[in-house]
Amino acid sequence: MLSSGLCKRIIPCLDVANGRTVKGVKFQNLRDIGDPVELAIEYQRQGADELMFLDISASREERSTVFDLVRSVAEHLSIPFTVGGGISKLDDVKKLLSLGADKVSINSSAVQRPELIADIAAACGSQCCVVAIDARKVLGDSAAAKDSGKPSWEVLTKGGSVSTGLDASDWAKQCVELGAGEFMLTSWDTDGTQEGFDIEMVLAFSGLPIPVIASGGAKNPQSFVDVFSTGRADAALAASIFHDGLFTVNEVKTTLKNEGITVRLC
Amino acid sequence: MSSTKFAVDLVTSVGGNLGSVGRSLTRLGINFNAVDVGNPPDGSRPIILPGVGAFGAVMASLREGEFDRAVKSLVQAGTPFLGVCVGMQILFDSSEEAPGVAGLGLVKGKVVKYTQGKVPQTGWNEVRPVNGNGDGAKGWPSGFVYFVNSYYAKPENDSATLYEADYFGPFCAAVSTGNITAFQFHPEKSGEFGESLLKRWVSDVV
Repeated sequence: MLSSGLCKRIIPCLDVANGRTVKGVKFQNLRDIGDPVELAIEYQRQGADELMFLDISASREERSTVFDLVRSVAEHLSIPFTVGGGISKLDDVKKLLSLGADKVSINSSAVQRPELIADIAAACGSQCCVVAIDARKVLGDSAAAKDSGKPSWEVLTKGGSVSTGLDASDWAKQCVELGAGEFMLTSWDTDGTQEGFDIEMVLAFSGLPIPVIASGGAKNPQSFVDVFSTGRADAALAASIFHDGLFTVNEVKTTLKNEGITVRLC
Repeated sequence: MSSTKFAVDLVTSVGGNLGSVGRSLTRLGINFNAVDVGNPPDGSRPIILPGVGAFGAVMASLREGEFDRAVKSLVQAGTPFLGVCVGMQILFDSSEEAPGVAGLGLVKGKVVKYTQGKVPQTGWNEVRPVNGNGDGAKGWPSGFVYFVNSYYAKPENDSATLYEADYFGPFCAAVSTGNITAFQFHPEKSGEFGESLLKRWVSDVV
């Protein structure tokens, strides 16, 4: 069988608010560790394949700073980057792309109004439309789980605070039909635990016809080996493991390469 | 007359957006002149044409004001030309993406869709020079570059292929024939290696 030849991608994620990096970043070699542009350049230097900027601004005023951030990141970065967080209008998507973002990630707004996916795909192309799905496993004793006999996951919105009752697999298929270009799949069973990615969940979605970015739970380089070799993810996203300086992107990729997984080493 | 000395002409997309290639040229310190139908190239500088979107839509926008003919005649007269992404595909005769829509026909062949794997191909893939393009001190290097494409070109003449890569089998990732060079991948989004290819092309032709 011919292989794809394509590299597995490593995507550091930067949480930003009011144009600043908010998650505790512990690099000492940056002049200003709160500056997302400085941090982005450092990750590019480490061999990141892409970057994700997640805007967690609380207010509309703060959120408007993301446009300046995107312009500045695009000037400096020579790898692709995605912007997510609070995007609900096609006009915002167009503006972010024109300022230099390569893709946008939509989440709650897509669940509320699925046509947004089709609108973005038609106006800007599927390749720039990442649909983020936050999901939690439906426990074995629930009716839905008993019905199918297979594990299932429920879609959560508003940063995991709202249970939608929507089956994640059904939602994912609908997203593909609407023109989604990629999935970013976050497991609320593993996010923030640093116990490794949710391999069972990733594997359940990685057979879909569009790339799956696994997110949530990265602990060490072996977590990435597992999510690619067993979970069959196309890309993996992580924050703390890189921000804490525990491992560099390049260290993770070196481990992957040693395990026979195709990666881009700089 | 502007006092700035431009190295290349960059074809802007709809709305005058200089796009990621423009930002990359700026990072590289390469002065460019933004050209479009209202300010067409005159052949005094090499032309870079990035293409974003669908083959049919890109051809339709190029045909406005017969901009496509202007570019084609300059390229036929020997002006160095670099196409990027869909800017490579439109050099060919036709594409499966837009049946019945003619490309510029500057390179013989057609553009076809991947039949295996997730489409579009999204991510980094390794390109390797073929047809002796990697040889010698002036050879093109192999390396990893960023792709986002559902379609790829099949030149009629294999010797036009500059780079090959594998996506469930080998495909043409770049062409070089006469004064025409084109990359299917995004050199401007491919880190230092990608930008080194852009810089190298400019230094070859300017």
